[in-house]
Amino acid sequence: MKQGEIIRVAGPLVVASGCLGAKMYDMVQIGAMGLIGEIIELRGEDAFIQVYEDTTGIGPGEPVYLTGEPLSVELGPGLISAIFDGIQRPLDVIREQQGDFVTRGVDLPSLDRQKAWAFTPLVSEGQEVMEGDFLGEVEETPLIKHRIMVPSGIYGKVKGIKQGEFPVEHVVARVETEKETVEIPMFQTWPIRRNRRVSERLMPNEPLVTGQRVLDTLFPLAKGGTACVPGPFGSGKTVVQHQLARWSDAQIIVFVACGERGNEVADLLLSFPELEDPNTGRPLMERTIIIANTSNMPVAAREASIYTGMTIAEYFRDMGYSVALMADSSSRWAEALREISGRMEEMPGEEGYPAYLASRIAAFYERAGKVKCLGSDERIGALSVIGAVSPPGGDLSDPVVQSTLKVVKVFWALDDRLANARHFPAINWLNSYSLYVENIKDFWKTEVAEDFVALRQEAMRLLEEEAELQEIARLVGVESLSLKDRLILESARSIREDFLHQNAFHPQDTYTSLRKQYLMLRAIIHFHGAALKALEQGVEMESILGLEVREKMSKIKFLSEEDTAALDVYIEIDGAFRELLKSEQ
Amino acid sequence: MYKEYLTVSNITGPLVIVEKITEVKYGELVEIETADGQLRRGSVLDISTERAVVQVFEGTSGLDVDKSRVRFLGRSQKLGVSEEIMGRIFDGSGNPKDKGPQIIPDKMLDINGSPINPQARDYPSEFIQTGISSIDGMNPLVRGQKLPLFSGSGLPHSRIAAQIARQAAVLGKEEKFAVVFGAMGITFEEANFFIEDFRNTGALERAVLFLNLANEPPIERIATPRLALTCAEYLAFELDMHVLVILVDYTFYAEALREISAARKEVPGRRGYPGYLYTDLASMYERAGRIKNKAGSITSIPILTMPEDDKTHPIADLTGYITEGQIMLSRELHRKGIYPPIDVLPSLSRLKDKGIGEGKTREDHADVLNQLFACYARGKEARELALILGEAALSEVDKLFLTFADRYENEFVRQGEFEARSIIDTLDMGWDLLRTIPRAELKRIRPEFMDKYYPESQ
Repeated sequence: MKQGEIIRVAGPLVVASGCLGAKMYDMVQIGAMGLIGEIIELRGEDAFIQVYEDTTGIGPGEPVYLTGEPLSVELGPGLISAIFDGIQRPLDVIREQQGDFVTRGVDLPSLDRQKAWAFTPLVSEGQEVMEGDFLGEVEETPLIKHRIMVPSGIYGKVKGIKQGEFPVEHVVARVETEKETVEIPMFQTWPIRRNRRVSERLMPNEPLVTGQRVLDTLFPLAKGGTACVPGPFGSGKTVVQHQLARWSDAQIIVFVACGERGNEVADLLLSFPELEDPNTGRPLMERTIIIANTSNMPVAAREASIYTGMTIAEYFRDMGYSVALMADSSSRWAEALREISGRMEEMPGEEGYPAYLASRIAAFYERAGKVKCLGSDERIGALSVIGAVSPPGGDLSDPVVQSTLKVVKVFWALDDRLANARHFPAINWLNSYSLYVENIKDFWKTEVAEDFVALRQEAMRLLEEEAELQEIARLVGVESLSLKDRLILESARSIREDFLHQNAFHPQDTYTSLRKQYLMLRAIIHFHGAALKALEQGVEMESILGLEVREKMSKIKFLSEEDTAALDVYIEIDGAFRELLKSEQ
Repeated sequence: MYKEYLTVSNITGPLVIVEKITEVKYGELVEIETADGQLRRGSVLDISTERAVVQVFEGTSGLDVDKSRVRFLGRSQKLGVSEEIMGRIFDGSGNPKDKGPQIIPDKMLDINGSPINPQARDYPSEFIQTGISSIDGMNPLVRGQKLPLFSGSGLPHSRIAAQIARQAAVLGKEEKFAVVFGAMGITFEEANFFIEDFRNTGALERAVLFLNLANEPPIERIATPRLALTCAEYLAFELDMHVLVILVDYTFYAEALREISAARKEVPGRRGYPGYLYTDLASMYERAGRIKNKAGSITSIPILTMPEDDKTHPIADLTGYITEGQIMLSRELHRKGIYPPIDVLPSLSRLKDKGIGEGKTREDHADVLNQLFACYARGKEARELALILGEAALSEVDKLFLTFADRYENEFVRQGEFEARSIIDTLDMGWDLLRTIPRAELKRIRPEFMDKYYPESQ
């Protein structure tokens, strides 16, 4: 292996001379311990290397081994349910070998080399295959069939295909191309900084159902779309991310804990095996992959972690799955970028972040999308990306927030005033937006209800008017508002408290199906309409507000999905107003 | 022996640059002997083939370019630990300060530690009773949590921290317990307050103290919390103790870090603090926690004083992003003479949900907590309204909430410095206050608990 020599060490940055021939983003091993690093700049013969482990004890004169390979991940059976660090080292195996603390210079394969997987072929001898075609499959968990695909760039005829239980390195198929016979094992590798290729990009047009009412109804994310969740500390970013990981109807979840708390990762690891997937009833862990690079783990590996997660997510998308990637938090990734940039003495842009921050963020989110995958069956896959952003002091003018907003289509603005009032999820309905509403309108109309779009519009209007009326009420007092305006305040309050407010810790309230969301919202809007009519006919405001059916409306969220009360309440509203009008006359 | 260098070329602030070096490693511990024979210690911050940048812990005053002798010790900074460490007082660099002998170490531990493997972490879920109602009742602390006190200058955070150290206990358990105290840049008087308090209550023998006072070199402060945490890790994960770590004051720590960063001419982040402040703070805060199959734990209470009581200041802001909640002190309550002046509304304990409830505290805890919170928030709103429009303009219900808020502050939050309330007393006191509000207004409590603790007849 070619080698260079260290000439400088400054924290996570190492400079080595004698590296002529090394390429940008090649992986290197440093010193006797073999710490892993990546070349991020070349100046003449000198290579600037960011090191993914603590560099204490490393000094000039020590060798740097150039592998000539870019930093890559291993993609194959064994990914699901695993927990990796930022450069895809298996944390559970590290713990078995090294104990409870993460030590340095661990050289372990990402995928278990011993474990045998039952491989079932899907092609037969002599069949023509192209890149992306399924050669066979492995049932990795009861939820996930892991498809073994023809690697990128290979076209030819199947020359031998096996069936049986093999470890991942075992060659399961041979494909004869024009030039040679290629041996294909059950896993492949892919450089983390390079997009995996697709056949065609498509427009996202189905919602990613999350069971969170404020998200699904007001600010929906499409499958294959991108969203960002910025907010100050304590506003519930992580709870939102965890709720999405739990309940969203993606088939695979990749959760990247990037520079966040160790105890939060522990919470995921301990609770996911216990929680059930609402769609299949199996433990959530069977569809989840966790990349954990907590805030005290090496900073450069944090920079790599979101790419590691993204590449794994793309790989499953290529199998035709709907995948969701959560990155918590992209600010920590940007800070890692800033730290390395500072050590390289680059000219800083805004707030000390490097000038290429915005383009890196844009390139990252652009890897999301709904696509036609490679392969002759033209299957469709989708990769949705949800990034949390932690702006200093909750200030949205932060460069990371601003660069993110330029590329994402959905903005869920967390608000600490809502959080302080214990309104969760603390997503501000006035500032947030979703640009996917137009794309998924048709889906709503056919799959939920014809009038869902109109109800949503009405709810948004009421909330908007509430904000204006509150301004006025603050100046002149609620009493001086017209009856109609006071009703708007009451209905908007009902939307906020009975619909938008959702308790993540309540067994029923934590998840609401689209159907039930529709019924809940329909009841509230229907009540508003009926009350408006009643007011016009001279009914007292107090007797409308005193109607018992209102209490029922507020309790729907705590009822199970099967309970028909959500349906019945609509009719009860009509009944209640009929009674009311009768008694008034 | 070690090679000695007489090749110091520059001294700027806390940094010394040594030329023509060989075989030096990053992060290595350095000894510098001044012309008059004094020893200073430091560590390597940046190293290239020709020169090393060394940060000097004890300050650079008295160093010269000509005669200073520099030795590189070939290892990183370590703390010698053994069981004898209990009850001892050290300075900010880990040397005995209590006139006792040097520790004969069982083990030499790197003060930077290693990150806990997330896979090895156990989720904190054991309730710690601090005896302070506004913490236990509203923002409960659990074992393995890091819960900072966000304070301001002149607020009694030291008294609260000392009270917690005195009273903290896990319900129904007698276990090995220790306090590790680290002082960074606080005054002699403040440090002495803790020492005397530990001594008077007999807590000193199960405590270990690391003191870097205001007149001591700021750079030493970089090491002090790491020494304290290394000691805590030893006690918790090797001697199976439950360790409470109190570190004051992170504001001074961050300022020391800024000083080094400025001397190195690094690109500053917000308010001149270095861009890596988050990572640096996290490398200490994250050392709290529990580990599966280990009996011990580290619970940490870092204290910081927010400049101008501004919680968006980088130190408070970044801390809030790393720690699992915060206890916020309020100048307003302090002015009213209420001790402890804990402002429960902006305070938060993120790990409370798994630490409270049946079998841990009491079945109704979560509901009571939410209800007290909601009532107090509404009472404070009413108070603001009353300020503008006059109390007469309030509705009858709002008046009740206003009275509630006053009583809540004066009875529930206010308590004696030596008064330890059990969690049951705290919850009962909460119910007592809630009974002043009509049942219909208490929507956050499940009906079964209402019937049990607030029967219809009342």
